[in-house]
Amino acid sequence: MPNLNRLRALSGQSAIVGVAESDQIGNVPDKSPLAHHAEAAINALDDAGLSLSDIDGLMTAGWSTLDVGEYLGIHPRFTDSTSVGGSSFVIHIAHAIAAIQAGYCEVALITHGQAGRSDRARAGANLGTPQSQYETPYGIIGPPVSYSMACRRYMHQYGEDRTREAMANIAVSTRKWANMNEKAYFYDRPATFDDYHESRWISWPFHLLDCCLVTDAGAAIVVTTAERAKDCAKGGVGILGAAEGHDHSMISQMPDLTRAFGRNTGQQALDMAGVSHSDLDLMMIYDSFTYTVLVSLENLGFCGPGEGPDLVANQRTAPGGDFPVNTSGGGLSYTHPGMYGIFTVVEAVRQLRGETGERQLDDCNLAIAHGTGGQLSSTGTVILAAP
Amino acid sequence: MTTDAPARHEPVSQPESDRYWEGARNGELWLQRDKATGEHQFYPRAFSLATPGGELEWVKASGNATLHTFGIVHVPPHPAFMGEIPYITAIVELEEGPKMAANIVGVDPEPENLSIGMALKVVFTKISDDYTLPNFTPA
Repeated sequence: MPNLNRLRALSGQSAIVGVAESDQIGNVPDKSPLAHHAEAAINALDDAGLSLSDIDGLMTAGWSTLDVGEYLGIHPRFTDSTSVGGSSFVIHIAHAIAAIQAGYCEVALITHGQAGRSDRARAGANLGTPQSQYETPYGIIGPPVSYSMACRRYMHQYGEDRTREAMANIAVSTRKWANMNEKAYFYDRPATFDDYHESRWISWPFHLLDCCLVTDAGAAIVVTTAERAKDCAKGGVGILGAAEGHDHSMISQMPDLTRAFGRNTGQQALDMAGVSHSDLDLMMIYDSFTYTVLVSLENLGFCGPGEGPDLVANQRTAPGGDFPVNTSGGGLSYTHPGMYGIFTVVEAVRQLRGETGERQLDDCNLAIAHGTGGQLSSTGTVILAAP
Repeated sequence: MTTDAPARHEPVSQPESDRYWEGARNGELWLQRDKATGEHQFYPRAFSLATPGGELEWVKASGNATLHTFGIVHVPPHPAFMGEIPYITAIVELEEGPKMAANIVGVDPEPENLSIGMALKVVFTKISDDYTLPNFTPA
């Protein structure tokens, strides 16, 4: 089990000093995935006042760090290609802390890049895996199919109408945030409750408006010691807590379809940080689907099992609400290139620095960023503090 | 399935799952069972989850199951399923204990035709000369 005493000693000892997206995100047909990695990396280093020559640790997912390192022309002394779905980049923050505090590197770069809309390469079947034997042949392919089955189980346990209303609330409130973010794919396209309920079925019980976007985008994060962060361009956003884990790969083998691994990583990250739920000013929760937000908030302990619909009722999570969730517009309405987790951290850092303009929260001092990857398989959770 | 659709993904049987796929080809659902504890496991593995280091045996399953959850796919996630939408995906709980994924067949793909907890029985769908999939239908 994680040693909380040792983790607590690491709380606040490392900081995020740079975050950025690639130059353009959304529909970017003329950029390769690696171009998104590189643009985001250079932009994040600019944000930090650092350069590629400062980087001695490299982390990425979806691609190998071999490819990203070579493309960037850097020779890292710590390398980590942990790829456990869209949560990976949040998990990399925990790895960055471990590597930096153990002395393996001093400045870690986490990169992401995917041309989800425009990629010229197409993924093939991953032959020989259990999934390729026991799910893929049934047309259980991709997150909408698997997450919709988890959602149907939740509806059975806690009520279909109540769940549906919660999902509609999340879809509409997230879109309102996107309407305040000019980088968001749906920046100039509002959505109503009627739009939600009338949108077509993707995989029942998911409407189109339950599902994330498919975009082209990249992002990057720079992590270093709290000491070195003082010399960076914008100081450091302190990393108070970080946790990770997974408990299955295939959706059919998930121990409980309504309890993802956030049930462990949320409490661990909060305990490491020494803060409680009510201390948090911003909740950045990976929204691959509306259901992912609902179940993640419960798993993280913001409320009990089945109580999520009350937590997100009446647009509490929307602009002006008292429980702000996914202020960038999220994967549902801002951007989602395939593995979105890194963008939860980018927005949290910007809110904590007070850089988000029209959508800036008052007194945003403490944020949680929570990534979910695979088929609700893996989670990574971090607690971040304003500089 | 339309004639010009690409083929459905075939499983690639692994040494520990050969017995499972051989059974399915013969219209039978086979599971591994821990000899000491009697616990069944799905999917087939090279060791017993119940007693790592213990012995496993293969047994023919009853074919009875209940519906744990389901979804109805309206947008094909792969061109091979273009001619099959809408279709029902499910996780079923076998009478022996483990859960597995399958399609629910022999019922119109409408939510009102399916209820969680309903009794199901195994049926078999041949997808190629080499592979037959265990599926489930209302009992």
